[in-house]
Amino acid sequence: MALTAEQVARIAHLARLQLPADEQARVTDSLNNILGLIDQLQAADTRGVAPMAHPVDATQALRADVVSESDHRDDYQRIAPAVQDGCYLVPRVVE
Amino acid sequence: MSLHTLTLAELAAGLERRDFSSTELTRHFLDRIARFDDKAAGGINSYITVTPERALAQAAAADAARAAGTAGPLTGLPLAQKDIFCTEGVKTTCASKMLDSFISPYNAEVVTRCDAAGLVMLGKTNMDEFAMGSSNETSFYGVVKNPWDTTRVPGGSSGGSAAAVAARLAPAATGTDTGGSIRQPAALCNLTGLKPSYGRISRWGMIAFASSLDQAGPMTQTAEDAALLLQVMAGHDAKDSTSIAQPVPDYRATLGDSLEGLRIGLPKQFFGEGLSAETGALIQAAIRELEKLGATTVEVDLPNSGLSVPAYYVIAPAECSSNLSRFDGVRFGHRCENPKDLEDLYKRSRAEGFGEEVRRRIMIGTYALSAGYYDAYYLQAQKVRRLIKQDFDAAFAQCDVILGPTAPETAFALGAKQADPIAMYLQDIYTIATNLAGLPGMSIPAGFSGGLPVGLQLIGPYWSEARLLNVAHRYQQVTDWHRQIPAAFA
Repeated sequence: MALTAEQVARIAHLARLQLPADEQARVTDSLNNILGLIDQLQAADTRGVAPMAHPVDATQALRADVVSESDHRDDYQRIAPAVQDGCYLVPRVVE
Repeated sequence: MSLHTLTLAELAAGLERRDFSSTELTRHFLDRIARFDDKAAGGINSYITVTPERALAQAAAADAARAAGTAGPLTGLPLAQKDIFCTEGVKTTCASKMLDSFISPYNAEVVTRCDAAGLVMLGKTNMDEFAMGSSNETSFYGVVKNPWDTTRVPGGSSGGSAAAVAARLAPAATGTDTGGSIRQPAALCNLTGLKPSYGRISRWGMIAFASSLDQAGPMTQTAEDAALLLQVMAGHDAKDSTSIAQPVPDYRATLGDSLEGLRIGLPKQFFGEGLSAETGALIQAAIRELEKLGATTVEVDLPNSGLSVPAYYVIAPAECSSNLSRFDGVRFGHRCENPKDLEDLYKRSRAEGFGEEVRRRIMIGTYALSAGYYDAYYLQAQKVRRLIKQDFDAAFAQCDVILGPTAPETAFALGAKQADPIAMYLQDIYTIATNLAGLPGMSIPAGFSGGLPVGLQLIGPYWSEARLLNVAHRYQQVTDWHRQIPAAFA
């Protein structure tokens, strides 16, 4: 299943990665190379095999529904690129 | 002074006897880092950040604890932390431009436990960007040189940790292993490296790459040191929901157990095409040593092991594309200049902040998880993952540990595989299946080929870390490969 340059542009958009037009061909080749490796999986007979999501098939641990975190907003916002009045600043979203 | 030629266990005994103080020991290693590591001066570049003030404060506290009689077994021993572990108040970069400005507001659980044990952090080690690589060449902070031959790679992704310990710029270090990132650099740099069972060590504060595969572990000179460090790192942590509440045994207590009757499984797939002849011969010599200690061997079959690299390059990128979506240029990390709108902010911040290999894996993962392709790629890979696990289950019905090479070849030249991602991915051909199955695996020095170290890999069933350490320790008692130090750093 080889990707086209258009598909790669779509994937880059989904991943929110800027992909300049002059890099598209090179990136497409590189991804197709890896897909060639991955396509070996299609030959495996996996009929009746349950997918494995967790190495030891553990279930999620439950804990009491109590407050366990304290307020760290100032610590966390100190390392943000742009904040104001306790909010993260981004370009205007609603005109 | 030759303090740097001593193991953690030997240094701990020296501190206990008051032969030297933690402050003297820490200064010795800080001096060596200043002398051998500076990239601009042609050094090996194994550290991204050195933390002398923090280290000397911890060393002073350790010396005070010893004077007060409250020191623990590891109090005052220096250690390097891979720069994937968050350290409060210290730059934590994961070797990415994305996190070049990131001062972590909290400590990883591994760091908390090391601090509590009285270990002294010398600094944060270089690595492949976001742990994606097998040569340490994808780091934003530049390549790390292999102390055994500075024209060659140290392996990756924990290449800085491996090079730092190999050059004795730290007596031990932490690493993380998603597809071989502790074991392969340990093999290429003549170290003992252990990737424990999935869930053995908390992943809290360890920057995530592929969450169902990532596991931290020790990188040391000896199996005994690995036991000491694992003892500190292992154990349940409620903050990591994948951490398992399994009792932690006393790893040092069983190091000397007899190997009489040990059944060693030799997978035929690990000794075939692709393995260099000299590496194969050294592994066979190691098997004979273990047989002299009472072990027997049996051939085992891992029929799906050839599918482990393809399955990994679906599962790991899929999980990375999800994990790395948090880097959005909004809350922390790199942000582009003058974004024209929110989408531009996301896209340019991420394209500028991530290196080429990271972007490549994010795109592979995004594609594998996208509508219409999920079943063919991700679900199929998860099914193959179960087949690989079942192969190991069947093998461990016949043997106690599995033995083989760690890497197909010795350290390769800097730049040799950079243009060919597939050739790089195949460096992990013997290590990846262990991560997919969640099993513990270990690499120990097994000799030299053309002056370069060769690693031997041991794989065990879940929670068999103590047995792996025992086998490695008994082997190290009858060999001295692990005591070899590169001449330029002796």
